[in-house]
Amino acid sequence: MSKRIDVKDLNVYYSKFLAVEGVNINIDAKSVTAFIGPSGCGKSTFLRTLNRMHEVIPGARVEGEVLLDGDNLYGPGVDPVTVRSQIGMVFQRPNPFPTMSIRDNVLAGVKLNNTKISKGEADVLVERSLQGANLWNEVKDRLAKPGSGLSGGQQQRLCIARAIAVEPQVILMDEPCSALDPISTLAIEDLINELKDQYTVVIVTHNMQQAARVSDKTAFFNIAGTGKPGKLIEFGDTPTIFSNPTEKATEDYVSGRFG
Amino acid sequence: MTATLTPVRKRSALTKGQLPKAAPYIVLAVALILGAAILALIGFNAFGWGIVSAILFTAGLVGWSLVVEGVRKAKDKLATCLVVGAFLIALVPLFSVIWTVLVNGLPGLLDPGFLTTSMNGVTGAFDNKTVEEGAPLLGGIYHALMGTLLITVLATLISVPVGLLTAIYLVEYGEDRALARAITFFVDVMTGIPSIVAGLFAAAAFFAVVGPGTKTGAVAAVALSVLMIPVVVRSSEEMLKIVPNELREAAYALGVRKWRTILKVVLPTAISGIASGITLAIARVIGETAPILVTAGFATTINANVFSGWMASLPTFIYTQILNPTSPSNPDPSSERAWGAALVLIILVMLLNLGARLIARIFAPKTGR
Repeated sequence: MSKRIDVKDLNVYYSKFLAVEGVNINIDAKSVTAFIGPSGCGKSTFLRTLNRMHEVIPGARVEGEVLLDGDNLYGPGVDPVTVRSQIGMVFQRPNPFPTMSIRDNVLAGVKLNNTKISKGEADVLVERSLQGANLWNEVKDRLAKPGSGLSGGQQQRLCIARAIAVEPQVILMDEPCSALDPISTLAIEDLINELKDQYTVVIVTHNMQQAARVSDKTAFFNIAGTGKPGKLIEFGDTPTIFSNPTEKATEDYVSGRFG
Repeated sequence: MTATLTPVRKRSALTKGQLPKAAPYIVLAVALILGAAILALIGFNAFGWGIVSAILFTAGLVGWSLVVEGVRKAKDKLATCLVVGAFLIALVPLFSVIWTVLVNGLPGLLDPGFLTTSMNGVTGAFDNKTVEEGAPLLGGIYHALMGTLLITVLATLISVPVGLLTAIYLVEYGEDRALARAITFFVDVMTGIPSIVAGLFAAAAFFAVVGPGTKTGAVAAVALSVLMIPVVVRSSEEMLKIVPNELREAAYALGVRKWRTILKVVLPTAISGIASGITLAIARVIGETAPILVTAGFATTINANVFSGWMASLPTFIYTQILNPTSPSNPDPSSERAWGAALVLIILVMLLNLGARLIARIFAPKTGR
């Protein structure tokens, strides 16, 4: 239940502005890949092109190929909705649906698509997803309460439960811990470690220790200057990137000497 | 040893002089007495007393504060006095209207059968009898109340789908296209249309399509929806705009289609604001008189069919009762009915406003912990 992603010569544009240029990257199935780099270097923009969330922004478009197990996401006639149901996403700020209970939030992917599901199946799915997000024990007695009443860390895990409830092949996480305290962050990192047994996980993070802790491979993005496109500088095994990078820029960044 | 002791002082070094807590009340009492004295010299009236006392109060309190507390506090008191004064001035017409309508309208409203009978068959002879022989007041507003409710309900049925769908287009699909900008512009223009023009438009449209002289409740409903649609569009648009984009993205990321996202995530999140906006739009048009005069005409009988025949409504009922009393020689019964109808209309608007608040509270997203 997980697929690999191969990106070939990807350029990302906001209208005429080239935001990310010439990315080639191969992301293995059932692995955790971290994107690191300074603010504004296009990590999040690139991440959003991996499940076609990028084009939600007016004027945004891409050139190049993103292959999910060999199938081009940007091929003619590909429905972005199908893509997104295979490649889930967790956002920077926890965003549970405020009108729904905890249970309905987990079932959102099913219910919003009007898929018929029996109560028994729904119960199983809710429990499995919340277990998968390490949230079940904390919320099992208040599934009917609104999701917005949970703490920030719990809300983020609820969002992860919601994402895995639709059983995607890949889970993208856009700085999932940046709004959370260290304890919640630890809970999410543990969760990422468990998730990679079943899913391909791609995570954008500003926290280099986090990248070192959770990821198998790390990609370093950088930007030459304001108004210039972001580029993938180096991609490799996480220990190599952090201890013995090939590029000078990577070394400067991971060692904190970055200007 | 002595260095560590806190110096014993009467007043904290961090504060200046302070007015006693009762200062405003003392100044108010003095201002009222002084005001009354001054007014007594030039001829007493309540309005002048209020004005003079307010000025004396402001001057007294600010002056006293300036002497005791210093410039900053005095300025603060002056600003407070001005704000409260502006608030009271704004309240004067509101209370005056409510008081006048209550006093004049209650006798009419309390007449037996006022809400349950129409003006069918009520002639000037009955009114003359009421005035000259003290016979009970006959006739009521049932037909007008029915007319107002039916016309307003129909106008709402027309306006809400059109207005809400327009707002959804503008917020979710418009993306600053030429069409969206044009709609926004024309909605703004429509907001400023004089209501009589909306009435003439509806009347002319029906004359052209259905036939000359077509005056029914439906024509009035169309005229009212011309006034209502821009209000619904504007309020719904604002409500949809404040739905965080993150919620839309969350739904997209789950593989939910755009129209389902709008229907099941965006609208439920914004529904409380939309519903109360619609209720306020209804309250805004329910008292319109001019467009109904030219589109639904007058009637003294009950007409429950909005698609045929002239129809009464509360505003036109008030208008005709005052302008053309049922009995020209004794207009008092007619004006009593008119005030009664006005009171009913105000009560309807108040109920709608309360309803809007209730709706907003019921539909608001819950945050139970």
